[in-house]
Amino acid sequence: MMLTRRLSLALFALPFAAAAQTEEALRTAIRDAVGDKPTTDGGITLRVPALAENGGQVPLGIVVESPMTAQDYVTAIHVFATRNPTPGIASFRLTPMLARAEVQTRIRLAEDQRLIVLAETSTGRVLRASAELRVGAGGCLS
Amino acid sequence: MSTLPSQPRIRIPRSARAGEVIEIRTLIEHPMETGLRQEAGRALPRDMLTRLLVRLNGETLLSADFQNGTATNPYHVFFVRMEKPSHFEFIWTDEKGRQARAEARVAVT
Repeated sequence: MMLTRRLSLALFALPFAAAAQTEEALRTAIRDAVGDKPTTDGGITLRVPALAENGGQVPLGIVVESPMTAQDYVTAIHVFATRNPTPGIASFRLTPMLARAEVQTRIRLAEDQRLIVLAETSTGRVLRASAELRVGAGGCLS
Repeated sequence: MSTLPSQPRIRIPRSARAGEVIEIRTLIEHPMETGLRQEAGRALPRDMLTRLLVRLNGETLLSADFQNGTATNPYHVFFVRMEKPSHFEFIWTDEKGRQARAEARVAVT
């Protein structure tokens, strides 16, 4: 009885322990990227499929509203996964020589999850956007 | 500096009108193996690109730092307004410091 209860407790606790670790890793990754600066929602358009059949090659388009002048431009775009084995996807460093604050790439996602994108501007702002994606076949461990 | 066996591919117009915005597409063949995957019970060794640097006429235009979530055969698209004849350099570096390079010139008419 005791053993059974311990086993069921362990089985119950395991997924939550794993989720807590992901949350902590995500917070650390975001802090490493932009520090503790406050973020503002909006100003970023994310182009992703609602359902990614192949989690190994998920197209991602990011467009940040910015004049991209020497005085006011997007300096960096950071992309995070909330439910991959590790949260980091990529960080892009931009310059005003780019015509617009737009990057397209392909990413891998392990399972259904939310994608978080942060954009830093030369004026000191941090913009934030997120998107929910469903993933057919996971693209990280298979 | 040793060279990566990876084959980069760049899609960029050969010429553009002054003021025109051009699209640049880059792709490099690379497994982007994170070290987290297993095959037949053994972990596949980590083999990751860490960075793409793009220079325009010798100045940094864009760089990308890759983490585990960047897909196999990294693919990137970005946009540049052409004002003068331009020389683009593309340099990928892996975690062992090996590099792959490509370059392109765009005439402005």
